[in-house]
Amino acid sequence: MQDLPSGKSVVTDTTTSILDRAAEAAVRATPGTLARRIRGLSDRMVAWIFIAPTIVLLLAINIFPLIWAIQLSFTNYRANRPNEPIKNIGLSNYSRILTDTDTWIAMQATAHFVFWTILLQTLIGFTLAYLIDRKFRGHAFWTTIILVPMMLSPAVVGNFWRFLYEPQIGLFTYIISFFTGIPPTDILMLSSVKLAPWAIIIVDTWMWTPYVMLICLAGLRSIPDYIYEAAEVDRASNWRQFWSITLPMALPFIMLAVLFRGIENFKMFDMVNLLTGGGPGSTTEVASITLKREAFEKWRTGFSSAFAIILFVAVFGLANIYVKVLNRVKSR
Amino acid sequence: MSAATAKKRRSNWPVWLRRGLLENIATAIIGTGFLMLFQPFALTLYTWSFVTMLFGTAMFIVVSKFPE
Repeated sequence: MQDLPSGKSVVTDTTTSILDRAAEAAVRATPGTLARRIRGLSDRMVAWIFIAPTIVLLLAINIFPLIWAIQLSFTNYRANRPNEPIKNIGLSNYSRILTDTDTWIAMQATAHFVFWTILLQTLIGFTLAYLIDRKFRGHAFWTTIILVPMMLSPAVVGNFWRFLYEPQIGLFTYIISFFTGIPPTDILMLSSVKLAPWAIIIVDTWMWTPYVMLICLAGLRSIPDYIYEAAEVDRASNWRQFWSITLPMALPFIMLAVLFRGIENFKMFDMVNLLTGGGPGSTTEVASITLKREAFEKWRTGFSSAFAIILFVAVFGLANIYVKVLNRVKSR
Repeated sequence: MSAATAKKRRSNWPVWLRRGLLENIATAIIGTGFLMLFQPFALTLYTWSFVTMLFGTAMFIVVSKFPE
């Protein structure tokens, strides 16, 4: 290496020798017994030693509660009566959940919420991403402004939207009243059976559309300019370019956003709990609210564990599809 | 790559048991189970949704280990 005249190899040599000296110093500093033990270990064993704490933590925090919940789902266990004998009741909890009309209605409420939030978030998010991608003057500033709702805590968002929805003093009801002529006291966003589900959909869309926009923007920015240039040479119209280039190439990213939001909204709890608490009646009682009521109001721990497992399988299935789509995106 | 090498690499695994096809079938089953869970039309479909999803998910996990 030294016979090379370039300065670069000299620098590399110096760095290597410094590293060698540091390694030698580290070996000298290691106590003899420990050094002998480490020298006897294979690379595979050293790798296992490094990842063991993570695996132990994962087992303790994720896997153990899951296995415990599966076990509880086959019992009549109630957390508020810990001294009562636990009886194994087989698949009875699952059978009751899957034949119960109230739970079925909760699933339908979840489906309504998930469908409309995803549809609105995808449409608005993609449109915003498409506009931001035009790179007009001040687009960076507007991107930041659009991203603000996503950065807020759901607790804060839930509380201030409660104020906005107030029939007497709410700004939202005032604006709706101004444009429609309906008296603000008649616009009961959170206590009307018809409007309450839409009130939650509006808030979730307001909060999470920027997230969809970000993913779509990443997709749009990944499309190389030369494809558009080639399309312009072929005299393709803007409309044609959108349908033949922009949409197909951004589609995997849109699908990713849909799957991300689908999984998240399927488990939605905080926003619904803060805004309506599942009411009026059980109009906005989504699956996670039912689960919370069964577990911590009725104290049917076994039953709620079975319900949690059903939701887990649904989300896990969706996550599998998500991984498949993600692999397809990666391979592009 | 020579013809001999290509022949050597050819797997004896049946074509209909390849990962791609079976993963697509498993995904379709999971999707069907998902729709059955959320549909508002028949309680029977809702009742069988969990079994369908569970089967689809288990199938997905198993077939994702199959050769391409």
